[in-house]
Amino acid sequence: MTAVFPLKLDRVLVRRQSKTVLGPVDLVLDPQGATIVIGPNGSGKTTLLRVMHGIERTSGGTVSWARDDPAKHAFVFQTPIVIRRTVADNLAYPLKLVKTPKDQIAAAVDHWLARIGLLGSRNNQAARLSGGERQKLAIARALIRKPDVLFLDEPCANLDGHATREIEALLHEVAGAGTRLVMATHDMGQARRLARDLVFLLDGKIHESGAADALFAAPGTAELAAFLRGDIVT
Amino acid sequence: MIEILEGLKAAFQLVVGFDAELWEISLRSLRVTLSALVIASVIAIPLGTYLAVQRFRFRRFVISLINALMGLPPVVVGLVVYILLSRSGPFGVLDLLFTPTAMIIAQVIIITPVIASIAHQSMRELWAEYHDLLISLNTSKRQRILTLIYDGRRNLLTAALAGFGRAIGEVGAIMIVGGNIDHVTRVLTTAIALETGKGDFALALGLGFVLIGIAILVNIAIHSLSRTEREGRW
Repeated sequence: MTAVFPLKLDRVLVRRQSKTVLGPVDLVLDPQGATIVIGPNGSGKTTLLRVMHGIERTSGGTVSWARDDPAKHAFVFQTPIVIRRTVADNLAYPLKLVKTPKDQIAAAVDHWLARIGLLGSRNNQAARLSGGERQKLAIARALIRKPDVLFLDEPCANLDGHATREIEALLHEVAGAGTRLVMATHDMGQARRLARDLVFLLDGKIHESGAADALFAAPGTAELAAFLRGDIVT
Repeated sequence: MIEILEGLKAAFQLVVGFDAELWEISLRSLRVTLSALVIASVIAIPLGTYLAVQRFRFRRFVISLINALMGLPPVVVGLVVYILLSRSGPFGVLDLLFTPTAMIIAQVIIITPVIASIAHQSMRELWAEYHDLLISLNTSKRQRILTLIYDGRRNLLTAALAGFGRAIGEVGAIMIVGGNIDHVTRVLTTAIALETGKGDFALALGLGFVLIGIAILVNIAIHSLSRTEREGRW
């Protein structure tokens, strides 16, 4: 089977109502590790992730996967979207869409319910879960089809430390198992804990990118240095 | 006031006395209305959902047209169906005029826009909630529509009940196409109109109370069968 990577963005541009919200952006993602996208509000982090996942229309440029298979990438939204069904049915939903045999669905659902600590809530309505539980459910649902790459748009925004720690542990585990992570975050501590590569967006453009350790140690631009210090960057 | 009390008394006597004609008329009312409801729902619910998820050139016009058709005058519908089904009309050969089938056809035309319009409103809200998730899971159009119908089934039930309410109380169209023939096409509403015309207000009111009672019972039965209001939000 051909790998889906590398993912190449070539002069990608997104315009909305004659305003450029992203680009032009050039970026190449290889198959390994975790890329963390940082930048101030409105810098284009969410748009960049949506473009890579293929759910945002581009106004110019090209997004090309080595092998374009939408089933091989998944997305977790900042506000977790749960369907109006039970916790178990939420997990089963992506597998039912691709007509997975029932016994395999049951096994996968049991595995993920146990992994995210929601076995006791399997028959509860998903909407009744707490914010952290919902986000864990959304991540598990995104992972249940075993994607090669998982896009996460600030998955821990509005969550407390405990829920954030649980989600980071889950992300470490899936990244260790070979799933490529591309995540937007505002949390610099989280970026330091998870990133192998860093992409710093400013005004819709990639202002700086590279190996996370090197950029955290010695930012190449005054803007990234200021952003990492927690200063307001516009 | 005396007429109302007399009407209540008449309704009580008709129900308690198991009046054979009342049963026949009531069952015919239910058969015609529920048949029309099933047919109209099969047309209107997928239509309303399709309009919520699909963008096409004249979509706004179609939505406006359906909303406008909610106010379709039943007498005009009855007249048009009468002309189409009369011996000299294009469907005269089917010999359906003055049969319960003709009444069902008229009711379907009247309630389909009502159900489609309400279904569209509720499906539009659900689509806004599910949009990003269903797009990111690379669902087909058919899967999106089926998911919305399944998860929005309780809202759709409300749409169907609105159609039922409109149909069970309808008199103008079914009087024209059914003819209010005793033991053939007489239903509760046409019987009420007949008794009012004859000046027997007590019996007319009695039939009216029975009609209201049936409408309430059907609503309660459908709500209870579909377990509405038993699971928190849904």
